[in-house]
Amino acid sequence: MGMLDLLRNDKAGRWMLATLLLVSVLVPVLNLLVPQDSAFHLSTYAVTLLGKYLTYALLALAADLVWGYLGILSLGHGAFFALGGYAMGMYLMRQIGERGVYGDPLLPDFMVFLNWHELPWFWHGFDQFWFAALMVLLVPGLLAYVLGFLAFRSRVTGVYLSIITQATTYALMLAFFRNEMGFGGNNGLTDFKDLLGFDLRTDHTRIGLFLASSAALGLAYLLTRYIVCSRLGLASVAIRDAESRSRFIGYRVENIKLWVFVYSAVLAGIAGALYVPQVGIINPGEFSPLNSIELVIWVAIGGRGTLYGAVVGALLVNYAKTYFTAALPEVWLFALGGLFVLVTLYLPKGIVGLRRMREERA
Amino acid sequence: MRKRMRERTTITMARSLLSLLLFFLLGGCPSPSLSAVQATDEPTLQDAWKTLTDKSYRNKEKAIAIIARNNTAEAYPVMKAMLEGKLYFSARDKALFIVEKQGKNHKFTPLFGGKSITQTNKHGFDKVKINNRLRTRLRQALAQLQLRHPDRDLRLTAVQELLKRPDPGTAGLIQDVVKKETDPEVRTAMRTLLAINQLDSTDRNKQRKAISELAGSLNPSALNALSAYRPTDATLKNLASAAIRNINERRERYDRAEMVFFGLSLGSVLALAAIGLAITFGVMGVINMAHGELIMIGAYTTYVIQLLMPGHIGLSVIVAVPAAFVVSALVGMAIELSVIRHLYGRPLETLLATFGVSLILQQAVRSIFSPLNRSVETPEWMSGAFQVNEVLALTWNRLYIIIFCLIVFATLILVMKKTLLGLQVRAVSQNRLMARAMGVRSKWVDALTFGLGSGIAGMAGVALSLLTNVGTNLGQAYIIDSFMVVVFGGVGNLWGTLVAGMSLGVINKLLEPWAGAVLAKILVLVFIILFIQKRPTGLFPQRGRAAED
Repeated sequence: MGMLDLLRNDKAGRWMLATLLLVSVLVPVLNLLVPQDSAFHLSTYAVTLLGKYLTYALLALAADLVWGYLGILSLGHGAFFALGGYAMGMYLMRQIGERGVYGDPLLPDFMVFLNWHELPWFWHGFDQFWFAALMVLLVPGLLAYVLGFLAFRSRVTGVYLSIITQATTYALMLAFFRNEMGFGGNNGLTDFKDLLGFDLRTDHTRIGLFLASSAALGLAYLLTRYIVCSRLGLASVAIRDAESRSRFIGYRVENIKLWVFVYSAVLAGIAGALYVPQVGIINPGEFSPLNSIELVIWVAIGGRGTLYGAVVGALLVNYAKTYFTAALPEVWLFALGGLFVLVTLYLPKGIVGLRRMREERA
Repeated sequence: MRKRMRERTTITMARSLLSLLLFFLLGGCPSPSLSAVQATDEPTLQDAWKTLTDKSYRNKEKAIAIIARNNTAEAYPVMKAMLEGKLYFSARDKALFIVEKQGKNHKFTPLFGGKSITQTNKHGFDKVKINNRLRTRLRQALAQLQLRHPDRDLRLTAVQELLKRPDPGTAGLIQDVVKKETDPEVRTAMRTLLAINQLDSTDRNKQRKAISELAGSLNPSALNALSAYRPTDATLKNLASAAIRNINERRERYDRAEMVFFGLSLGSVLALAAIGLAITFGVMGVINMAHGELIMIGAYTTYVIQLLMPGHIGLSVIVAVPAAFVVSALVGMAIELSVIRHLYGRPLETLLATFGVSLILQQAVRSIFSPLNRSVETPEWMSGAFQVNEVLALTWNRLYIIIFCLIVFATLILVMKKTLLGLQVRAVSQNRLMARAMGVRSKWVDALTFGLGSGIAGMAGVALSLLTNVGTNLGQAYIIDSFMVVVFGGVGNLWGTLVAGMSLGVINKLLEPWAGAVLAKILVLVFIILFIQKRPTGLFPQRGRAAED
């Protein structure tokens, strides 16, 4: 299946990718080439914000794959995102080196502060980028594998599965809050200096991270679209609609679920890894169950089971959040709560479903 | 020179006689002091009082012994004041005063009648100084005086004070008072004290008796005395070590009992928070993420009721229980009628919609009551502890929570089993169509059931408001735990919810000393996650037709 074949029946996907490409060209130009006093200049703050939204969109894409195409409502996808973020954060911590407040060449500041004298075993190797990158993929993937292996084999489905995933992220949050865990306790990891030798505070690095997020989103969309259109994707839709029947026909339901779930977790991990250098901090709050539920609502508002809908939902809701929390902080939770209720009651297919409904009517 | 000295002695004598007279006139207790006045050889009580102003600590020590022996009405307050450094004497005539601080002023009250003096500084007065040796003496003397005090609590603290530093000199006194002692707790303590003293006795039989007496005691001093006990005799040595083992075993047993009690009280909180969910989730199949906020509304109702009834804290808590039920039930029914009604049969969608509702409720409460935490005052009858024995004390508030949980649970079971509403709820949850065919207004029953579950969440909020601060995030902290409890116990099974809540609470508390609070919680969560994999239907799964969904 070529890439053109993949997008032939996906008009919205073509639009989305084209927009993404356009933005990826425009943003660096507006930020770096247009002079600062021009009205068209895009501030670095805005670039970082856009980059952050794109990582959220990638996370939403991952969640939509399992919810929209597999019927698993994961309330713990934030955990995979945070784990990927922590893996990247550990690399960035090790890059600080002697420039920390305490100037210890080996130990990150918080360890010196806690009077630790040796680097814990799980921090070894994180001074190498390739190792950290591998962990960004492996750690969330492994957690998803263990969780999925246990749950799908014993046929835990529906609400129970949602609650298990929620409990997992909750337990991880409690664990990462502990100083003894060796991940910086409730302060998390922060004060990053540079990534692969590039200073994180310069405009060029920011643009680089934005482009990396954009590329990751585009590639992830294509790959996910490929999976969805493949036999594996069709089988997972079958499982979503009639699990028992698929099993009786002869599909290995638990294997299909497991691999799609693991792939989704890895995507979430990558999103987290791209998120951390842009916002400059990762702390246990990222594991909070609230984050995972919010992520589900991006997908629901955008329209689940479409992939591009999730991307649209994530961008829209997060833009609204940034706007409202600055302009009308009191209103934000009312608005978000109201959106939850209204979308589930009246827009089961989300915003992109609106367009489809009109097309069908016409 | 000599003349002047004689003069001075006569003056002091006269003054002390005068004060003694005054003291009698004021109605002091006469009996022991009379004999002191008549005593010839031994220094009299009068001299003793005077000696307190002396510089020599040794003389003061003797004086204290005399004062304690005579035990007049002043003896106790004076020695107490002396111990606390509040006993002063006038530099002019060496009369004793007890000082009290009143704001910036010092109020000097004379010991033997007369006008009290209030001044900002301590000019003209000297402190009766004491050293460590005197301090110990005073403490012991005070304890001895207290042993005869009519107040039972004072006697008990006195014995306990003596138990901390057993003194062979007090043995005779204790032997005297133990015969007259009426209070069983004080008597037991006194007998332990006697036994500790008897360990040093030369009589082997007495020592053996003392060991067996101490073996039955839970007081830490008994254990210390036995551990320090070094008999030459092999049999006595064996007896003593057996007694130590016995005491340690029993102490451990009580420690474990306390742990289980803590666990049960935590379990009651979990069960209380989860019972409402067991109805909405278990019986109706609705995932209500706003359940935590209904608990929070119950807690805020308690806060408001306390504001409305200032000065009646005890009563306000009792009023708050039905009030919280009604408020939360009404909010719950409003949620059911406006949102959940349209989403039956789509559990994942209800989850999202009710989560939206929970955000709205949180923000609404935050807008009304401000984002600051509020605190509910604990009524007096809930403070303090129920002392089972010297090792085990059960705090009342935990005890009340357990009782409250059981009452709520029993009432709910009665409602479900014995009332028409309960019958209809069960009918609708088993077979909606059939129930409707029999004339049950299923939509109305849905709303009422949801109201019932929400109301119980509100009552849980009353209990929680007394344990923690009341804030908008109060409910969020419990929602995940509540779901865990319901799922662990088996969805649709109220008894399962109770058992699950209690057992999770106990497991949590048993793990805590070994793993720490947070790690214990994490371990419990991991345990439940693994448990659901093994038995997806919980501890007590539903059987029969309702289970096949």
